[in-house]
Amino acid sequence: MSTGRRRLRRAAGQLASVAITLLGLLVLTFFIGRMMPADPVRAIVGEDATPETYDMVHAQLGLDRPLWAQFLRYMGDVLTGNFGQSIRTGQPVIQDILHVMPATIELATFAIVIGAGLGIPLGVLAAVNRDRWIDHAVRVFSLFGHSMPIFWTGMIGLLVFYAWLGWVGGSGRMDYFYIGMVPGRTGFLLIDSLLAGRWEVFRSAVNHLILPAALLGYSASAYITRMTRSFMLDQLNQEYMTTARVKGLSRGQTIWRHAFGNIRVQLVTIVALSYGALLEGAVLIETVFAWPGFGQYLTNNLVIGDMNAVMTCVLIVGVIFILLNLLSDVLYRLFDPRTK
Amino acid sequence: MTDPILEVSNLSIRYPGASSEAVRGVSFTLGRERLGVVGESGSGKSTVGRALLKLLPGARITADRLRFEDLDLLALSEAEMLKVRGRRMSMILQDPKFSLNPIQRVGSQVAETCLRHFPVSRAEAKAKTLEMLAAVNIRDPERVHDLYPHEISGGMGQRVMIAMMLLADPDLVIADEPTSALDVTVRLQVLNILDGLVRDRGIGLIMISHDLNLVRNFCDRVLIMYAGRVVETLKAGEFDKAQHPYTRGLLAAQPRIGGPRKPLAVLDRRPEWTEELPA
Repeated sequence: MSTGRRRLRRAAGQLASVAITLLGLLVLTFFIGRMMPADPVRAIVGEDATPETYDMVHAQLGLDRPLWAQFLRYMGDVLTGNFGQSIRTGQPVIQDILHVMPATIELATFAIVIGAGLGIPLGVLAAVNRDRWIDHAVRVFSLFGHSMPIFWTGMIGLLVFYAWLGWVGGSGRMDYFYIGMVPGRTGFLLIDSLLAGRWEVFRSAVNHLILPAALLGYSASAYITRMTRSFMLDQLNQEYMTTARVKGLSRGQTIWRHAFGNIRVQLVTIVALSYGALLEGAVLIETVFAWPGFGQYLTNNLVIGDMNAVMTCVLIVGVIFILLNLLSDVLYRLFDPRTK
Repeated sequence: MTDPILEVSNLSIRYPGASSEAVRGVSFTLGRERLGVVGESGSGKSTVGRALLKLLPGARITADRLRFEDLDLLALSEAEMLKVRGRRMSMILQDPKFSLNPIQRVGSQVAETCLRHFPVSRAEAKAKTLEMLAAVNIRDPERVHDLYPHEISGGMGQRVMIAMMLLADPDLVIADEPTSALDVTVRLQVLNILDGLVRDRGIGLIMISHDLNLVRNFCDRVLIMYAGRVVETLKAGEFDKAQHPYTRGLLAAQPRIGGPRKPLAVLDRRPEWTEELPA
């Protein structure tokens, strides 16, 4: 009984901390919106509007009221799911974002699969061969991925694999003549094209996805490799590794069953956080590849000063990270018996 | 002493990158008896234990003879050693806080030895595990089986360790300071369990320790090591007849309850002891 109550209390505590973080996030986005050197009124009424029109819109937006009242109103709006209208499209911001999100999710998901698929084995390999040439080679490889700016590798990648070799599709999500050929049922092009049974569209979409996803994945793998390596080294130095060897397990079995088994939870956290970073951080690669996703949406609106859109984007990124942190907390609790 | 289980002759071990050998010219034989190995930290006693299991990655091990039963340990490949470790020769490590995998259940860690060496089902391995846990005086094996290492005491952890290492009925067990991480009160209990099992099953035991009184009471013979060499071998009952000045120094440096309240003797260390054995 008492364990049940303790668990309940802990869940309540966690919920409270999420609520507080969220409140902080709202304060932050609110002030970002107010401090930005962009004039939301001017963005609506245009350069040539009369002072009367300007004042009217100023009052309509509630900007004449005290700051705290504005904040309360903002909070009320957000909590009821009203994120305001986009100045550029005239549509609710949230609708625009939901429209561009699938393209980014597709890209980030492929990227994280590549990043984790590359980073985790390399990290284990480096740890097991610590200070030998394999370790150094892995270090150089991941340092390269980490330090090359993604817009540069993006352009070089396009030049080599698209322009010269012709192995992959160019920019955009698919070849031009396929645009609009499949109905956007989910927004995920890969799924939509399969639902429509259009294999050629699907193939074109994969062709276009593979290069930006691989480049993003490579840059994400740098971090995953380094973290995997250090997690593994921690475990490999533990005395229970010797115990496993004394029991008669081979080095490989010891490494995978005992050491790797014990870092799985930590790895999930790292991969989840990298995934979050990819969701919001694909800005540069989306620009280079003309990828109509969240990153591009954010940059475009930042440039024209569409504050409702920018604030909502920042809010969403924050919420994604709060949720990923929550997820890793829950995973620790589920899989590490010591936290019970 | 019956036919020896282990014959070691002129064993030397050098760690990679080290300027001198960690162990030099160590020779001894072991029957179905309990052999103590004592010495200061860094005297090479643990290194000898690990060398017997060939668990010193990178270290160079040389010997005139390193025979375990019918096996020439020096000639065995890693694949062949996998069949020896845990099955015919095993080792009890020092501190269960570190030597048990923190996120696996105690029972499955013990069962791993069984599954590794015998063609048994999981259910059979579990039955064997419960039997072993009972053999090390764990009163409620079913319950302990499902606990995690942090949920059991140090004494119980060390009994689990003993169960794990004796499950496959090895012929030789190396106990590397098996009780130095334990409370004084449970030390004796764990030692008695180990002693009972070793005697019942006719296992050869090498007890590595820096506790002179412990090896004196629990072993048949004792090797005294200093700076990688065996300086003297004594029968447990004949410590009073120790010849070597280092052994005498160790004995003199022990405090005694009720003894005279004088400063304890400072251990004398002479470089020449590392060069040659007294005749």
